[in-house]
Amino acid sequence: MAAVVAQRAETRRASARLWRRAQRNRLSFAALGVIAAITLVALAAPWLAPYDPDATDATAALASVSRAHWLGTDLYGRDQLSRIIHAARVDLLVALVATAMALTTGSLLGALAGYRGGWIDQLVMRAIDSVMAFPAFILAMAITATLGNSTAYVVAAIAITHVPIYTRLIRGEMLKVRETEYAEAARTVGNPGHRIVLRHLLPNCVPPLIVQATLAMGFAILTVAALSFLGLGIQPPQSEWGAMTAEGAGYIVSGEWWLFLFPGLAIMVTVLAFNLVGDTLRDLLDPRMQGVR
Amino acid sequence: MTPLLTVRDLTVHFDTDDGPVEAVDGASFVVEPGEILGLVGESGSGKSVTALTILRLIRPPGRVVSGSIGFEGRELLALGEDEMRAVRGARISMVFQSPRTALNPVLPVGRQIARLYRLHQGLAPAEAERRTLEMLTLVGIPEPERRARQYAHQLSGGMCQRVMIAMALATSPRLLLADEPTTGLDVSIAAQILDLMIELGRRTGASILLITHDLGVVAGVCDRVAVMHAGQLVECAEVHALFKRPAHPYTRALVNAIPRVDREVVMEPIPGAVPSLLGPPPGCRYAGRCPDVLDVCRTARPAVAAVADGHEVACYAVEGTRGAAARR
Amino acid sequence: MGFGRYLTHRLLLVVPTLVGVTLITFTLTYLLPGNPALVKAGPLATPEHIEEMERQMGLDRPVHVQYWRYVSGLLRGDLGESSSTGRPVVEDFRQRVPATLELTLASLLIAALVGIPLGVLAAVHRDTAIDHVSRLIGVGGVAMPSFWTGLLLVYVCFYLAGVAPAPLGRIAPEIPAPAGITGLYVVDALLTADVPALVSSAHQLMLPALTLGFAVMAPLTRMVRATMLEILESDFVKAAWAAGLPRRRVIYGDALRNALIPVITLLGVIFGFLMAGNVVVEIVFAWPGLGNYAITALMTKDPGPIQSFVLFVAVVYVLINLTVDLLYGLADPRIRFR
Repeated sequence: MAAVVAQRAETRRASARLWRRAQRNRLSFAALGVIAAITLVALAAPWLAPYDPDATDATAALASVSRAHWLGTDLYGRDQLSRIIHAARVDLLVALVATAMALTTGSLLGALAGYRGGWIDQLVMRAIDSVMAFPAFILAMAITATLGNSTAYVVAAIAITHVPIYTRLIRGEMLKVRETEYAEAARTVGNPGHRIVLRHLLPNCVPPLIVQATLAMGFAILTVAALSFLGLGIQPPQSEWGAMTAEGAGYIVSGEWWLFLFPGLAIMVTVLAFNLVGDTLRDLLDPRMQGVR
Repeated sequence: MTPLLTVRDLTVHFDTDDGPVEAVDGASFVVEPGEILGLVGESGSGKSVTALTILRLIRPPGRVVSGSIGFEGRELLALGEDEMRAVRGARISMVFQSPRTALNPVLPVGRQIARLYRLHQGLAPAEAERRTLEMLTLVGIPEPERRARQYAHQLSGGMCQRVMIAMALATSPRLLLADEPTTGLDVSIAAQILDLMIELGRRTGASILLITHDLGVVAGVCDRVAVMHAGQLVECAEVHALFKRPAHPYTRALVNAIPRVDREVVMEPIPGAVPSLLGPPPGCRYAGRCPDVLDVCRTARPAVAAVADGHEVACYAVEGTRGAAARR
Repeated sequence: MGFGRYLTHRLLLVVPTLVGVTLITFTLTYLLPGNPALVKAGPLATPEHIEEMERQMGLDRPVHVQYWRYVSGLLRGDLGESSSTGRPVVEDFRQRVPATLELTLASLLIAALVGIPLGVLAAVHRDTAIDHVSRLIGVGGVAMPSFWTGLLLVYVCFYLAGVAPAPLGRIAPEIPAPAGITGLYVVDALLTADVPALVSSAHQLMLPALTLGFAVMAPLTRMVRATMLEILESDFVKAAWAAGLPRRRVIYGDALRNALIPVITLLGVIFGFLMAGNVVVEIVFAWPGLGNYAITALMTKDPGPIQSFVLFVAVVYVLINLTVDLLYGLADPRIRFR
C-alpha cells in the first residue's frame, strides 16, 4: 500500500516538475499561443478577413498602410491583410499534410527496415542515402518541376524530402529495441516479435517524433514559400506567402515596402513559433536534459 | 602531528529547477600526512562532490554553502583563483574514474603529462619530456617512448589509469584525491593499480584520499576510513576498528552485507533507499532506514563524537557518545 | 592502418549513393512531361521527322537501355543540350559556375568567420549577452526565409540608406569585367589590380553574400554552440582543470581543439544549405550563376539543364561530404590511428 502511494506521489512529483519547467519557458508558451492564433485565423479566414482577397479596387491601388487597409494594397487594389490571412490556410495546410505524409511513410519504412534487417534494411538505407544526397530544397524543386505545379505535387515533393528523417529515427529506435535483453528474454519465452516491438517501440518513439514533426513544420513552410517565390509552387490566383513576397519584390525599388515585408514577416513569425515550440519540446522530452540545469 | 587536510562542516548545494540539491551536509574529517584515508559510501553519498570541492572545482549551479577546508596551513575556500590554480595539480592532484574519458582524446598522452611539468615546475620542453618518460616508467608502462606518443584510445583501461596516476604524481603533490580509480577495471588490473598507488604514495610521502564504494578495496588498502551516507559523514575510524567494531548502524549494515568466504552469514540488504537530496529530511538522513532510530534522530543531525581512540561516530544511538546535536 | 580502412569504407559507400542519385535524376527526367524529340525537332517537323529524332535520341528503347545511355553519356561528360541557349549544357555550366562559386565562397567565409567564433563564445559565456545574441541569431535566422532577408537588405541598404548598389548582377553594367583568371571577379580584380572592377564587383557581391551568409550562419552558430557546450561538460576538461591548467587555456586550448573536429562535419552539412540557398539568392539579386540558369530552365521547361543541374548539385554535395568525412578522419586521432 505504501509502495503504491509512494509511486503515485512520485508520478505527481514528476509531472509537477515537468509543468514547472514548462512554465519557465515563457517564450515557448507564447510561441504555442502564436501557433494557436495563426491556426485559428487560418480556419476562420473567410469570416475574419476584412475584404475578399480577390476583390480588386482600382481606386485604392498600391496604397500604403492605412486604417482602411491595415497592411496596404497591391497593384490591383487587393487588400494585403485579407490575402495574407487566406494564404495562411494554404501554407499551414500544405505543411501539415506534407509532414503527416512524411511521418507515416517514413516511420513505416524505418520500422520495416529496422525490424527485418538484412537486404530490406540495406535497400531502404541506400535509397534514403540517395534521397539525402540532394539538398532537400533542390530535390523538392526538381520534383515539382517534373510532376507539375499543382498543390498536391508540392505536398508530395515536400513529403518525399522529409521522409528520410523519420525513417532513420524509427529505424534507430527499432534497432535499439531489438538489442534489449528484455526483447531477447521475451523471445526465448516465445513472445511473438511484433508484440515486443509494439510494447517497447511505440512509447520510445512518440516523443522524438513529436519533436521532429514540430520542427519539420517550420521547414515545410519555408520550402513551400521558397518554391512559390520562385514560381514553382502554389500558383496564382491562390495567395500564398512566398508568392506574395515575390510579387512585392519588384516594388522595392520604387519604395512600396509593404508588399514584400508583411508576407515574409508572416512566414518568419510562423516558422519561429514552430521552432521555439519544437526546441522546448526537445528540451522537455529528452531525458538526458532533465535534472540539474 | 598536524593533519595535512582538515575538512570542517562542509556543506555543498546544487541549485536546480526544483530547488537546491543538498549534496554534502556538514561533513568533517581530516587526512594525516602520509596516510591513506578511504572515503566510502553508496553512489550519490557525496564522496565525489567532496573531493571536487577540495580542489574548488565545483561550479554553478553548485556552490559551497558553508564550511572550511584547511590545507598546509591555508584556508582553501578563501584562496583566490590564481592561488588555487597553484595548488591544483601541484600540491593536491586528482585521479578520476573512467580514465579514458578523463584524458584529452586529441593530445598524445605524453604531452598531457609533459605540459604539467612545464606549467608547475617551469621546466624546458626537453627536460619535461625526459621527466615524463621517467614518470611513465615509474608507473609501470613499458616502452614509454612509444606510448608517450600515443593517444588515449590506443591504450588499455589499465594503462590509461597509470597515465592518469603519472599525471597526478608528476609534480609530487602532498595529497592525491583518487575518485573510484579502479571502478571499471579488470579485477587483476585494479589490484595492480592499487598497489602502484600505495607504493608511490609511500615513496613520495603523499597522502591519498581514496574514494570508493567498494569495502573490499578499503580493507586492503586504507589506513583509516570515513563513511558517508546521503551527504552526511557518519563514521570515521582506523580500518581494522571499522570492520571489527562498526559503530554506526549504517556502517554495521554495510559491513554485514559483505559476503564472507570463511563462514556462513545471512546477507542482509539494507532496507529502504537513500533519501532524496532534494529537500531532504532534517536530522540524520539514515533515520528512515535505521533499526536503532530515535525520535531525536529525525529532527537534529547528530554531532561527531569519539566512541574510542581515533574512532568517531555521528549517531545518537551509539553507546558512549552521548551524541549531541550538531551545530546547524 | 585504421585510416586506410575508413577511407576505403567511405569511398565504397559513395558508389551506391551516386548510382542512386543517377537513378533519381533519370527518373525525374523520364517522368518530365513533353516529348524531347518534339522539342528538338522543332515546330515545323513532320511526324516521320519526329520519329527519326526519337530513334536517334533512343527514346523508343526500353527504360533500362535509356538509363544506360544516360549514364554512359554522363561518364563521357555529355550533359545534354539546352533548348533555350542551343548549346551543350556543359558549356553553359562552365560559363555559370564561377559566379555561383564566388557567391558560395563569400557566403561561406562570412558564415564561418562570424558564426564559429560566435558559437564558441556563446558556449563559454553561457547565459550572458553574447549567448543571447547567438541564440537570437540561431533561432531567428533559421526562421527567416532567405529571399525575404535578401529583399529586406535591398530595401534597407539600397533604397533607404543607399550604401548598396541595385541588385543587377555581379558588376555595374558600365564597368568591364576583370580579366578572367579564376572567374571570380573580386579575386581577378585583385590579381590584375583593376581597381574600378574590384570596387564594383565587391560592392555588388556584398548584399547577396550577406544574405546567403546570414542564412547559413544561423544553423552553424547553433550547432557550434551545442558542440562546444557538450565538450565543456566532459571529463577531460574537468581533469585538465584539476591539474591546475588555467581556465582560458583549458577552454581555448583543450576544449576548443576537440570541438573544432566535429565542426568540420558541420561545414559539410552547411554546404547543403548553401547550395539550396544559392538558387533563391541568385534569383533575388539577378546573380548570373547556376541557380539562376536552372530556374530559367525550369520556367521554360527545358529538360537538359534541369536534370543536369540537379545531378550536378547532388554529385557536388556527395563529394563535399566525402571530403569532409576524410578531413574529419585525418583530424580526429581516434580515427586516424587505429
